Order: sequence, then structure tokens, then C-alpha cells
Amino acid sequence: MSSTTNSPTHHTSTIGAIGAPSRRNTELALLVFAVVIPVFAYANVGLALNDSVPPGLLSYGLGLGLLAGVGHLVVRKFAPYADPLMLPLATLLNGIGLVVIWRLDQSKRLQASNTFVEAAPRQLMYSALGVALFVAVIIFLKDHRVLQRYTYISMAGALFLLVLPLVPGLGKNVFGARIWIQIPGLGTIQPGEFAKIVLAVFFAGYLMVKRDALALASRRFMGLYLPRGRDLGPIIVVWAISILILVFETDLGTSLLFFGMFVIMLYVATERTSWIVFGLLMSAVGAVTVASFEPHVQQRVQAWLDPMNEFKLSRQGVVGHTEQSMQALWAFGSGGTLGTGLGQGNSDLIGFAANSDFILATFGEELGLAGIMAILLLYALIVERGVRTALAARDPFGKLLAVGLSGAFALQVFVVAGGVMGLIPLTGMTMPFLAYGGSSVIANWALIGILLRISDTARRPAPAPAGNPDAEMTQVVRPS
Amino acid sequence: MSELTLTVMRLGFLAVLWLFVIVAVQVIRSDLFGTRVTQRGSRREAGRQQQAARQAPPQQRQQSGGGRRGRNAPTKLVVTEGTLTGTTVALQGQTITLGRAHDSTIVLDDDYASSRHARIYPDRDGQWIVEDLGSTNGTYLDRNRLTTPTPIALGAPIRIGKTVIELRK
Repeated sequence: MSSTTNSPTHHTSTIGAIGAPSRRNTELALLVFAVVIPVFAYANVGLALNDSVPPGLLSYGLGLGLLAGVGHLVVRKFAPYADPLMLPLATLLNGIGLVVIWRLDQSKRLQASNTFVEAAPRQLMYSALGVALFVAVIIFLKDHRVLQRYTYISMAGALFLLVLPLVPGLGKNVFGARIWIQIPGLGTIQPGEFAKIVLAVFFAGYLMVKRDALALASRRFMGLYLPRGRDLGPIIVVWAISILILVFETDLGTSLLFFGMFVIMLYVATERTSWIVFGLLMSAVGAVTVASFEPHVQQRVQAWLDPMNEFKLSRQGVVGHTEQSMQALWAFGSGGTLGTGLGQGNSDLIGFAANSDFILATFGEELGLAGIMAILLLYALIVERGVRTALAARDPFGKLLAVGLSGAFALQVFVVAGGVMGLIPLTGMTMPFLAYGGSSVIANWALIGILLRISDTARRPAPAPAGNPDAEMTQVVRPS
Repeated sequence: MSELTLTVMRLGFLAVLWLFVIVAVQVIRSDLFGTRVTQRGSRREAGRQQQAARQAPPQQRQQSGGGRRGRNAPTKLVVTEGTLTGTTVALQGQTITLGRAHDSTIVLDDDYASSRHARIYPDRDGQWIVEDLGSTNGTYLDRNRLTTPTPIALGAPIRIGKTVIELRK
């Protein structure tokens, strides 16, 4: 029955519930597709570089297929109504990231450098760890609302993770940014990647409780709702923390990520545009202030404003300048619309960060504008599914958490892609899933796991109404 | 490796990548779910709806004829008075809850309604029953305030605050 009208003057509407099917078979089909594409890319790179199908093709394909298969089976068992797209999208990005890292491993120029290590096998291992964490999240996190209990513990945990790189002896300064910690025997970890998730949990729990106070107790002034001073407290604290990160860890990306995520969640929780205005103003003031005295940040801004000059200075041997920004732009340029083809670019000229911070430049050169657009769309689809999950979620905590996580993911993609393409100053963050880096891959798999858990709860059909005991009893006493 | 093969592979890879994106978007398209609310605002459209409704009855009767309770089984619930006037909910054997609580099937924006005011459900024989859930201002079937779950006759007005609903074929 579609609708009816009892009188033509009335507005009419029809309400009908459409159940969400489980869609696991769709996910499986997409996953097979998402494994085939990187295998194709792998063969393509091998043929272009060595005129032969690479010997590791089968094992590599099986490895990726195994990871995807395990992920799929666990989702099928423990989160049957979860979103069908997120797992294939993440698998595809992880897979083509692995291919390009392997492709850069084959570069003679990079092999000649003294810091060269085979990155692809390690990245495969990190991906396996990431999928293991994903599986653990799906299995052990039965209900995302459990996380709500740990609101303030998460805050402490996130602050701890953020401060960790500053601890002398533990923190490690790599190329000007102090965002790594060194664990003897294990290698380096970037705690900021994990802090992103923990902080989203804190913001969601905090804003869920405080959103009414933040939204309603405000004065109207020139079309903007001015929040009360005491409600402004949390935003000031988060702002101060992000500025401190910027000053002590000299990492623009992380501070932008945290502050941006907070403002996004604040906006979603309160529906007040004024928060966005305040957020933008405060981040602008903070960034400009810090840039005025911090040399590392100044240098990044210089490289952004005039990459060619930076390139020349670096070529002349002036210390503290980098030629990478300009080289990335050249890589994008030489790729053109359709790219040079996998394995046939020269993006390995970029040097040591070619497979991490600058991996997007390799995609830009070898796949061209068409390829970059497809990859950015893959990211956009993940974010879209996250926001869709937030819309479908029934509980406010789940909504805020899903928005926060997908917002952080989107911000990270924007900050990295924008930095490599010269839209904003370059920051030391990595492209989720694509770039070489253990912490990033592992943390982002966990992020996808939490989003899938929320979407499973959100899309699960409401349980069938249980037989009402009262109704049964009335039937017993009913005469007839 | 010949130049041609590599070019074909390069374009083929881009095509496959885009194919994946397109397939993913198709999945999203077929995956829209949730509550479908179709607003019909304008008079003209409402008129068109009435026309459609006039054409519909023979078909409807056929459908309900196959049902358990024959021709007199109600197929929809219609709000006839109050702010939600014109809203219809298809009756498919599910329990319909009414109240101000936002998780109710019909969310009443009515000062005289309780948050969980009443519910309407089919009993074992498929007869629809209305039950007051201990509301403050009561639920009325015709003129009588409900005290026990009561079967609803077709077209009998159920009054909750300023809202009146009835079951129709």
C-alpha cells in the first residue's frame, strides 16, 4: 500500500520500513574483485620491470586473499549485518599499496641508498597484524556502547599516547618531527595513529553527555550562537593540547587531525555552526602563532609556498631544505591524465620517503589523474559508508563515534593528499592503508573494525516483538 | 615486453580500478534502507494520488482476498486528525507503537500524549487490538476510554490527545 489521502488539502506521507538484508555475499564478491585488482597490478609491475610475471605472484595473491578471506569469515560470523563495502575497500587500498611499495623496492636508485630495506614483506606482515587486530575488534567488541564506559580512561590514554614521543630516551626525532617512539627490539611506533581512535572514543562519550549544555546555553550575537565561557572550556583545552603537539612534536598533521576531529564532532553533536567558525579561527590563530617562531614549521610553509626555490637551495647543498615537494609535483605532472603505467615512472627519484609520505606521487605518476581520482574516490566511499553508519546508528554515542572516526579518516586523507599535491603545507602523516608504515596500517584496520561493529548494530533488523505476557494472560481469562 | 602490451595493461588497470568504484557505488545504490518517508506536499500531487487510489481498489481487493481474514482485514492505519494527518502505516503483522518517544512507530507530536502511549498489534487470529500503555490522558476508542486491550473495528476512531487514527482496508 503506497499511500492514501483523506482530503486533498492535507499533506500526506507514507512510512514504511525497509529491512536491510545482510549483504554478506555482495561483500564476498567485492572482496574477490578487490584481491584480483592488486594481483593484476602486481603482474603488470613485474612485466614492465623485468619482462616476466614476478615469481611471488601466487604467494602474494594467496596472502592477500587469505587476509581478506579471514576478515570476511569473521564478519560473516560475528557481524552479519555490517556494511558490505568497507572491508573490500580497505582490502583494495591495502593491496594496491603493497604492490606500489613492492614496486619501489625494485627500484635500483632506492636500492643504492644506504638506508634501503625491503619494505614490502614488512608491510605484508603489518597488514596481517592489522587484519588480526580487525578480527579481534569484531570478535571481542560485541557492542560498541561498551566503549562509552571508558570515556575518561580514553582521555587519559590518548594524552598518554600523545605525550609518549616526548619522553626522553623513548621518543625519536625523525626528520624534524618527534612523533615516533622507539621500542628496543620491536622498532618504532607512531602512537598518534592509535591516539586518533582512543580520542574519538573520549570525544564521543564526552559530547554525548555535554551536548545539550553546549548547544542550548548560548547567547545569540550577530547571527552566531556564542557559547558560554565554561562550555568553551573543553574546546580551549583541546586547542591547547593540539598547539602543544605542534610546538613540542613539531607535527602539523597530528594537531590538525585532532583539533579538526573535535570540531567536526562538536558540530555534529550540537548542530551549531558557530563551533565551526570558532574552530577555524582558533586553528588559524594557533598555526600562525606557532609558525612565527618554530623553524621546522616555517620551513614546511616555505617549501609549500615556493617549492622550486626550496628545490634549488637543496641542490646547492643548503642544509635543512628538501627537494621532495617539488619532485612530487613533477611526478604528478609527468603522469598526466592516464599515467605512465605501473613500474614505468621515475617517482623513485623522490628518495627515502617515496613509499611512505610520498606514495601518492607514485600513484600520480604511474596511474595518472584517472588513477588518483579512483583512489581518492575509494577513500571517499569509505568515509561515506562511515557517515552513513552514523546516520543509521540508533544510539547517540554510536553516531558520534562513527562520525568522529570517519571524520578523522577523511581529515587524514585530506592532510596527506593535500600536502603531497601542494595544497597545504606538507605534514608527516601517512596515507591510510596505502603508505608504508606499521602503526598506520594496524590502527586503520582497527578503525574499520570499530566502524563495522557500529554498522552491524545499526543495520541489524529490530528483534521480532516478543509475545507479551499480559496479552497471554488476558486470553486465559477471556470467556469463550 | 612490447610497448603495446604495456599500454593495454595500463589502460586495462585504470578501467578495472574504475569498474570497482562503479560497482561499489551500485552496491550503495541498492543498499539504501531505513524508513522510507514519502512526502506528498502539493495539492496537485495529492489529487494524483487520489486518482491512483481510485484505480487501485480492484487490485487491493484481490490482494486482501488471499489473506487470512478475507475482505475485512485492515491493510493500513491512517491518521485522520492532529499534526500527522494523512500519515499512513501499512499493517503487515507488526506491532505499531504510538507515543512521543522517538523510537515509536508513529511519533506523536502532541502535548496530551505520553511518551509510550498505546500500541496496536494483531492477536493470534489476525484481529487488530489496541492497548493503552498506562498513558496519562488515556486512549479512547469511539467515546470509551480503554482499560483493557480491545479489538478495533474497521474505521473506528482511536483518539490519543488531539490525534485520531483509524484502521482502513
